[in-house]
Amino acid sequence: MSRPVLTLSLPQIRIVRGVQMLVALILALMTVFPLFWMLSTAFKEPSEVFSMTLVPQAPTFQNFVYVFTEVNFLRYLFNTLLVSASVTLIALLFHSMSGYALARLRFPGREVIFMTMFSTFLVSLPVIIVPLFILVRTLGMLNSYAGLIIPAIFNAFGIFLLRQYYLSIPRELEEAAVIDGAGYWRIYWSLVLPLSKPLLSSLAILFFLTNWNAFLWPLTITSDQDLWMVQVGISAFKGQYSASWNYIMAASTVVAAPTLILFLIFQRQIMDSIKTSGLK
Amino acid sequence: MARTASNRVAAGIPAAAGLTSRQREAIAGYFFVLPDALGLLVFIGVPMILALAMAFFDVDGFGGYRFVGIGNYQRLAADPLFWKSFRVTATYVLWLVPALYVSGLGLALLVKRTNAFNGLMRCLFFMPQMVSLVVVALVWQVLAVDKIGVIPRLVSALGLGSFSFLGDPQLALFAVIFVSVWFLMGFYMLIFLGGLQDIPSEYYEAARIDGAGPLQSFWYITLPLLRPTSFFVLIVSMVAAVAGAQTFDLVYVMTRGGPANSTMMTIYYIYQQAFQYNAFGYAGALASILVLALMGITIVLFVFTRGGRFNYE
Repeated sequence: MSRPVLTLSLPQIRIVRGVQMLVALILALMTVFPLFWMLSTAFKEPSEVFSMTLVPQAPTFQNFVYVFTEVNFLRYLFNTLLVSASVTLIALLFHSMSGYALARLRFPGREVIFMTMFSTFLVSLPVIIVPLFILVRTLGMLNSYAGLIIPAIFNAFGIFLLRQYYLSIPRELEEAAVIDGAGYWRIYWSLVLPLSKPLLSSLAILFFLTNWNAFLWPLTITSDQDLWMVQVGISAFKGQYSASWNYIMAASTVVAAPTLILFLIFQRQIMDSIKTSGLK
Repeated sequence: MARTASNRVAAGIPAAAGLTSRQREAIAGYFFVLPDALGLLVFIGVPMILALAMAFFDVDGFGGYRFVGIGNYQRLAADPLFWKSFRVTATYVLWLVPALYVSGLGLALLVKRTNAFNGLMRCLFFMPQMVSLVVVALVWQVLAVDKIGVIPRLVSALGLGSFSFLGDPQLALFAVIFVSVWFLMGFYMLIFLGGLQDIPSEYYEAARIDGAGPLQSFWYITLPLLRPTSFFVLIVSMVAAVAGAQTFDLVYVMTRGGPANSTMMTIYYIYQQAFQYNAFGYAGALASILVLALMGITIVLFVFTRGGRFNYE
């Protein structure tokens, strides 16, 4: 320790680390507090909603019963599940196909096509919502599952990530298959797809989450309540029961639970795919 | 032979004789790219062009079009609410982008070391991202209910006075910014963690041996080597602030642009013009300004990263 001013001694490092952990813990608890409060309020009696009790004094399931009996919540959940699952499956198929071609197959215009696709990456829905609405209306897809599903499939992010991944697969594997006389579809289907299972499963989770949580698009193109997705349903529910926060929080808990449970199961995969992508 | 032929059919390639292997590869390439290329063209490309074209028409809600030239832009230039929305969006961007940078990097540094405890902390910081923005908005509304909500109560218990966080035009936008940071910071924390991982630990070792303190290594090693990540974060958070899902969803559920238009973001104003007042052409003109702004940001991204540094081949 010739330079005690500049370097920290071992006990000092321990103190610094301890303080760091404490700060992290306090901040993390503050971060999840609103979600905890949602859960807690969902089980509270109306009279207790605005008392400062962390845990409900007389926990009740009544709020959940109310949400499921008074509103067509099961229908909204079914619609959301159907739309999210369809979008996820079709998107994975299309994006892995184009990702494979853009990474592996040689054809004129490949780079231009890739760059053009990539350039749509920063176009977000709110910007094109009006013309997209008019387009989808012209195609006769207002108030339909097709209108909810099809426009949600296409995004440059998935294509980009899959292309990057396929670039990293050793070429020898395919060359062997080509010599075997396998067609490109078979190489894609029985060689490339299985190889990309880890990335495909991460993307599946991300796509599903994104669509489960989507709000603006379903809000814009469905006026028919039978086609509402949960986020639209819950925002309308708020409009109807604006002061009944116990019901609103019960509904919120129902809507948030599936994604939070998915996160608890797949947190490592979800966080790793975001961390390594360096991209949204 | 028969096997090869059937595979060609399966790949959508006619088993025509006389095609070289190169041509077959090209045909397969187009076939594989087609669904996505078509979809992106129809559902993103066409709307972008439409947004620019629509702006020159008066479009009513029933599909009637009437050419008005630059009428929509003249109206836009003279529309105080558009300028208000422009100022609100600019304020939102100017606060949100630095706040996300600082909170994202700060949290990443705090939980940088890989161990079980930090793994749990990362999960907790990231958790808000998993909840839908509608639910996020509702939960914060409960917490911020005037006088009886948890936050106003805590604030007044601390002797800071009584505030109406969502009802006061001076405060509502900052409430939206605060909730946006809470929702997004975990995502940027992960991006920064990814960037920090790429910095070789030998650099820190060497700096430590040379007698550098933690602040010096942060200033002379971490920050410069994080430049690509920082650039990415700034661009993405800027786009997210102008036109991200959270901008619309939070405003729609929490404030509807109020009070006194203090949270009237441009994207919310566009939505309102189109779907509440059926002024589709005018909304198109408003959107075209955003399209141009975002295209500008994209070009900057491309130029500074030489076609996307993400394109390592």
